[in-house]
Amino acid sequence: MRVVVRFFLQHFLLLAITFFSVQSLAQDAHSLRSTKSIVQAESDQDHSDQSGHDDHSDESGHHDNSVCGGHHDDHSTFNASATAFHHISDQNIFSIGWMHIPLPCILYVPGEGLDFFSSSKFNSDYHGNGTYAYKRYVLYGGQVRRITDEHFSKDLVDIGEHSVFAEEKTVDGKSKEDIYLCYNGEKILCESKSTLDFGLLGGGLTSFHDLSITKNVLTMLIIFGLLSWMFISIARSYKRREGMAPGGIQGFIEPIFQFIQEDVSKPFLGRRWETFQPFLMALFFFILALNLFGQIPFVGNPNVTGNLSVTMVLAVLAFIMTNINGNKHYWGHIFNMPGIPMAVKVIVTPVEIMGLFIKPLTLMLRLFGNISAGHMVVVIFVGLIFIFGESGAKPGAAWATSVGSILLTLFIMSIELLVAFIQAFVFTILTASYIGAAIEEHHDH
Amino acid sequence: MTGTVAAIGAGLAVVGAGIGIGLTGGRAMDAIARQPEAIGDIRANMILMAALVEGAALIAIILSFYG
Repeated sequence: MRVVVRFFLQHFLLLAITFFSVQSLAQDAHSLRSTKSIVQAESDQDHSDQSGHDDHSDESGHHDNSVCGGHHDDHSTFNASATAFHHISDQNIFSIGWMHIPLPCILYVPGEGLDFFSSSKFNSDYHGNGTYAYKRYVLYGGQVRRITDEHFSKDLVDIGEHSVFAEEKTVDGKSKEDIYLCYNGEKILCESKSTLDFGLLGGGLTSFHDLSITKNVLTMLIIFGLLSWMFISIARSYKRREGMAPGGIQGFIEPIFQFIQEDVSKPFLGRRWETFQPFLMALFFFILALNLFGQIPFVGNPNVTGNLSVTMVLAVLAFIMTNINGNKHYWGHIFNMPGIPMAVKVIVTPVEIMGLFIKPLTLMLRLFGNISAGHMVVVIFVGLIFIFGESGAKPGAAWATSVGSILLTLFIMSIELLVAFIQAFVFTILTASYIGAAIEEHHDH
Repeated sequence: MTGTVAAIGAGLAVVGAGIGIGLTGGRAMDAIARQPEAIGDIRANMILMAALVEGAALIAIILSFYG
């Protein structure tokens, strides 16, 4: 009974906190919307005033964005898929609650050299959109983008609020998002963000290389430090408490460690399990820690293992580890399958070679898909409040939706804790089975 | 319209994966009921098989992003 009460109290507290933060978010959106319409009305009035004396138009031109089309209205209608994709992508700022922590930007342009500055230079607003341009870079949705206009000033330029905006267009039946900067009444195209995930999430290969310490990089460094500290202290306590029962964090990690050792390493790797144990453990705990870190609400929500570049590196590591350890039976089974006629070999060999690359590909996509989907579902459930409340226009509907959406969010977040563990386990067990197949010894031939 | 077709494709992929994972899980339950002492081995193999089935569906869903 006491357990039930404690469980209820803990969850009630969590529920209340989430409820009030979501509400303040909704109200914020509402007030943002109303101020915007006031600003719009004022700027329209300015226009009519200025028609008489043109000498002022240069000064006010910096912040007057109405020339570039009425994109102000775009902000007040809620775009669920854009919000979801924005939340799962990498950023150059780390946000804890409502606070934006600037991160160092390291941007390299071939032929022009390296730029190193803090992302606080952009003076980003609440949404992570910069109000300053620096060295031809602007910040949109927390991401650095380069202005395509080569004659744009490289100094710190005040571009004003809401001057960087997205515009959707349709190319060959596919909708594409372009980012524009509105400056001095001109609409200037910005490049895509610099990513190496094949442009899948709106990025692509650009004229600049983003080597910044982004949110994801910072998270990986934090996790690296945390895991190193944890495992070194656990190793020390094994020495110190030899022959005694495990204590502290040691008692928490030991069952997990043993579970992987007994259920993954030993059955799949046979007598050589100790050779691959460090690699598998490193994979498992790195992925698990990153998955769990991404689940902490309001602390940056870095989607590291839901980033194709990160999962690709992990999959490539597994691929290399499998193939450099492959013995002659393994390669024999791929290029010259024993015991089948020549005619069948012609079909089997290409399939086996394809299988060689499909294995790491599915490893990469599985982790990416599961973790990204988890992050997106949470954002979309919270987004329901904005959809039904019409971005704050109907506060009653927003309150009513909040109740359902918070319950659903809590449910999904608890499922995600399970998924975080299962995906780390699946990645490890599959890697172990691939390595196991590569080092397996055949006596029966 | 293209987006709609891609969404239908993603949905069909999920139906396939759902059937596959359902069968995997169901048969694993049967096996555990028959041999409760082998629960460890069955669970590990069940997760492995479910992950393999799910991999095919995930590739379809990721490809539907391009659609």
